[in-house]
Amino acid sequence: MDITVTVNGKTHDRLDDEDGPGESLLFLLRERLGLIGPKNACEQGECGSCAVWLDGVLVNSCLVLSAQADGCSVRTVEGLASDTAGPLETSGASRVPGTSGALHPVQQAFLDTGAVQCGFCTPGMVVTATDLLERLPRPSDAEVRREMAGNLCRCTGYQQIVEAVLLAAERMAGPASPEVGRP
Amino acid sequence: MTAQGIGTSPARTDGPAKVSGTFVYSSDLSAEDMVWAATLRSPHPSALIRSIDTTAALKFPGVLDVITHADIPGRKLFGQMKVDQPVLAEDRVRHHGEAVAVVAAVDLETARAAAGLVHVDYDVRPPVTDAATALDAASDPVHPDGNLVAHTRIRRGAAQSGELPAADVVVRGSYSLGMQDQAFLGTESGLAVPTGDGGVELHIATQWLHVDQEQVALCLGLPPDKVVLKHAGVGGAFGAREDLSLHVHACLLALRLNRPVKMVYTRTESFFGHVHRHPAELHYEHGATSDGRLLYVRADIVLDGGAYASSSPAIAGNAATHAVGPYAVPHVQVDARAVYTNNPPCGAMRGFGTVQPCFAYESQMDRLAAALGMHPVEFRQRNALREGASLPTGQVLDSPAPVAELLERLRGLPLPAADPAQPAHVARGVGYAACLKNIGFSEGFDDYSTARVRLEVVDGALLATVSSAAAEVGQGVVGIQRQIVATELGVHRIEVRQEDSRFGTAGPSSASRQTYVTGGAVREACRRVRADVLALLHESGAELPSPSWQLHEGAVVDDAGRPVARLAALLGGRVIERTAEFHHRKTFPLDPETGQGNSSMQFGFAAHRAVVEVDRELGLVKVIDLAIAQDVGRAINPEAVAGQLRGGTVQGVGLALLEEIELDGGRVLNPSFAGYLLPTMADVPPVRVEILERADPHAPYGLRGIGELPSISATPAVAAAVRAATGIDLDRVPIRPDHLLAGLPDPAQQ
Amino acid sequence: MQVLRPQSWHEALAARSELPGATPVAGGTDVMVAMKLRHFRPEVLLDLSRVSGSERYRIGPDSVHCGPRVCHTTVAERLHRQLPGLALAAGSVGSRQVRNRGTIGGNLGTASPAGDLHPMLLAAGADVELSSVRGSRWVPADGFYRDGGGTVLGADELITAVRVPLAAGPQRFQKIGRRQGLVKSLCSFALTLDRGQRRIRAAVGAYGAAPVRLLAAEQLIEESRVLYGAGTLPAALVAEFGRLAATATTPVEEGAEAGYRRRALAVLAARNLTQAWAMFLAEGHDGHHRDGQRQDP
Repeated sequence: MDITVTVNGKTHDRLDDEDGPGESLLFLLRERLGLIGPKNACEQGECGSCAVWLDGVLVNSCLVLSAQADGCSVRTVEGLASDTAGPLETSGASRVPGTSGALHPVQQAFLDTGAVQCGFCTPGMVVTATDLLERLPRPSDAEVRREMAGNLCRCTGYQQIVEAVLLAAERMAGPASPEVGRP
Repeated sequence: MTAQGIGTSPARTDGPAKVSGTFVYSSDLSAEDMVWAATLRSPHPSALIRSIDTTAALKFPGVLDVITHADIPGRKLFGQMKVDQPVLAEDRVRHHGEAVAVVAAVDLETARAAAGLVHVDYDVRPPVTDAATALDAASDPVHPDGNLVAHTRIRRGAAQSGELPAADVVVRGSYSLGMQDQAFLGTESGLAVPTGDGGVELHIATQWLHVDQEQVALCLGLPPDKVVLKHAGVGGAFGAREDLSLHVHACLLALRLNRPVKMVYTRTESFFGHVHRHPAELHYEHGATSDGRLLYVRADIVLDGGAYASSSPAIAGNAATHAVGPYAVPHVQVDARAVYTNNPPCGAMRGFGTVQPCFAYESQMDRLAAALGMHPVEFRQRNALREGASLPTGQVLDSPAPVAELLERLRGLPLPAADPAQPAHVARGVGYAACLKNIGFSEGFDDYSTARVRLEVVDGALLATVSSAAAEVGQGVVGIQRQIVATELGVHRIEVRQEDSRFGTAGPSSASRQTYVTGGAVREACRRVRADVLALLHESGAELPSPSWQLHEGAVVDDAGRPVARLAALLGGRVIERTAEFHHRKTFPLDPETGQGNSSMQFGFAAHRAVVEVDRELGLVKVIDLAIAQDVGRAINPEAVAGQLRGGTVQGVGLALLEEIELDGGRVLNPSFAGYLLPTMADVPPVRVEILERADPHAPYGLRGIGELPSISATPAVAAAVRAATGIDLDRVPIRPDHLLAGLPDPAQQ
Repeated sequence: MQVLRPQSWHEALAARSELPGATPVAGGTDVMVAMKLRHFRPEVLLDLSRVSGSERYRIGPDSVHCGPRVCHTTVAERLHRQLPGLALAAGSVGSRQVRNRGTIGGNLGTASPAGDLHPMLLAAGADVELSSVRGSRWVPADGFYRDGGGTVLGADELITAVRVPLAAGPQRFQKIGRRQGLVKSLCSFALTLDRGQRRIRAAVGAYGAAPVRLLAAEQLIEESRVLYGAGTLPAALVAEFGRLAATATTPVEEGAEAGYRRRALAVLAARNLTQAWAMFLAEGHDGHHRDGQRQDP
């Protein structure tokens, strides 16, 4: 069967999955398209390391049959940085290694709060955090912990990750009055 | 303070790649013409192997090669401390999941499918699964020389002459801990590439390249220079990358096929692919005077080492030397044994043999405090180690030991406000615990690191390059090296090179030692570079510089901080490069009969406070507040220190409430993240961090190793809080919900 | 392995009829795990993710008609006013990522004992539409699960719709597990009160081989006629409700685990009855109140 999928804006035509029909979207992204951002840590939807957007919906790519992604648009952690408009000098954001792009505010916040140690959970955390902030721009500490409970980290004890999400929220939304953003 | 120097928290240089998903972990590697390999593992905890038939697997389309024990060209066994573990099982399997054969194929699915076609004829034997009875004469031997791996004795004070003194208050208790897994997120993985000259290069996520390289070369039967190990990106370690996993398998297949071979374990396989934390049974007796002074401790500790020795000898040593905890006790009698069973092999995990006794001695401390009518903190403080005090080994603490102060800090922190809406079935409890841990390798091991620092002018600007083979496992040792160079050489442009096994060893990223030892080597190399710079200054006609002059902001500065010469101008086209080895203070073996000796170069100290809420009817625990106080000597990177303290604390919470590899007759029941439960973000509150910096005069910058301490006392602090909330005398972790319903009326049975 | 990708129910049912051995897959949250971890290797996968309209729902005067691919997130966030109990159950599933993929039909179809929706579908009185090329039939949730596990879904049938009655009174759902996040259920309990009919329905999941209604416990309350009054529930009645709930069925495990689940079920039943009754009595409460979203720690 042939699969056509658009990943981070680039369309990949007629990817042949004859070798492994039944393979996951994670496998397709990593092994066929060479995108190493989505990570394989459990392959059963219990860790969130492989989180991506499938047609704008946050999913664990290990639980998506690659055939189900046919004709879909996928956005991975690699597609985040280009979202940020504006020159580097004014945004204060770090550069994406090997490119001229600037990091997304969520990525930058992860650096600024020391939320990264081994970093294996980080791509999934960044994607999940960005998804959360798109739905809930000013979450509380407890809301971050509840909404991101599907992403495991073994190094950090989570606190600096939560701080990163809250910092990114503040930077993206601007300081909010207590009423704003609380449904 | 130098910008980006020690004491600051510069952002990680691998951070941008890690947050953008471009950082290359060992599982992300690929090479032209690469093939994949997969492992066949034993379904039995104990069985004799009558035969292994690879015919069907070899015939499977896409399969390129299959290896078994018969194909190992060199030493067929490995092991860092005791060479007892087969590279691939030969005549018997000793644990569930033991590697038996490895299949190489054109892709991973094919390799996995074909591994299932290797036929192994097993003669299943009854497994030895109970560590407590494994030493009985009636027990089957797991290895020919019996089931005792190691036995460390401590006899101090009256225990040396036999009798422990009589005490006013005596508390006895028995405790046990389940088997914890390191559960790093990046599973075992690596890429072996043949070099074309009969040698092989292995790109691997490891904690110590050099010890791996030595073992791989021996097992491959190759001269050491034919085997090069290179660091690949590491997705967490926590002790689980100290032993070999796929190393020899991948290299051997690469050599046989003359093609690059990649291996990546699945999560399930990872549970079988590395050693775990030893489950333990601990029997304790404490004697104290009526005014609350500890008089004696008697402890008998049995650690289940599983099927192979791994680090069990050193872990038994640590369990014994740390059996009393951070308290001064005149009379001590400890026996710590590690035994073989047919359970999964156990070895290094963060805390390394000190986590198990800490749960026991801290439980005892609470029971003693209760028996004496004292506050648990006050009782601990009364007996706390201080600088100048003696350990059970007789070693005298010759640097600060602020145990009482750590506890005081915690006690002074505000408690979370009571929730007036809380239903009656929810009870709150507060628990404290403290610990100590040796830093670096002990008992006489010369535990050193090598670093090279190069200073030059490139493109008109100063550049310092620091090289070492230190394993970056996420803890931030790359950044630590950079900070030390910034402080010592006053240079802003710094490159850190992670060298391969051909460079001098850095020793492992374990035992909380890497910042201390590699940091020490980098500092020493920098100081030699500085001496060369000063010599150059003198040669260039300046008056004899004082050796105390420093390099700061691109200049040589005198003792008053005045610039004497610009470094770039002074260097011109010259390159200064110096290499240094750093050996920490000498340590000594323990006396085999009494366990006396100066066995450790440094100790770290930490304490925790935990606050929990327990649903008394459902036995469910929620941790609502956590705090850690730790003496770090000197915080080289305060933000990284906080990250270590919080991460370690949460691992300790996991052991207290959730994490256990469940076994049934030696068989692992839950080798997945659906069955083995790690704390999620929703399971833990923010962790308050109280950092003390009481410099150790013997250590570089006064720093103390920090990595392991946070995961040690967190577990007993949570257990103490649950006891306080429920009044139930818990003697095992992880605590299960049904443990907390003991003695309560059963609403299903009224 | 072959993947069939029907675009319509017509095509899907035809494929199902021709290849009864094919494994239907919707969100993939169960099937993919089985393939990865349990070496499940179906010869044919019947991917239902392209069947048009199967992800939609329609709110009617008495019930919500859900396509089988309505995902947990949709139930939790868009249907919480109409179906407060089911919304709680759907919101308790795994993580955000899993709730975005997992579907109501998939939960029913795999009938995994740990499935979170089952007890609420029973307590809410949902009906399941099973279709084949032979035609369609509606099966009440009560008759959908087989006692020893599994379902009555025929080899040529697919779940084509789920109809859930609008809440007619307070609804409670509670699931307990060892963790606070990514909770794998140790026991889940669902309860609905029908204000007009003065009826109670209660069910348990993640307990025995199949989710079941707790009929004896329901009967106790209905026969006591407390639902016709407006006072406090007698403590003895609540306790007996819990006890009867816990004796209705047998946990799958034995030993300490089974003992724990029994006790937990008794506690959950008693607690949720008390809370539902408080909601029932609450002034102006109409069963759609957001208090239905509250969860105990």
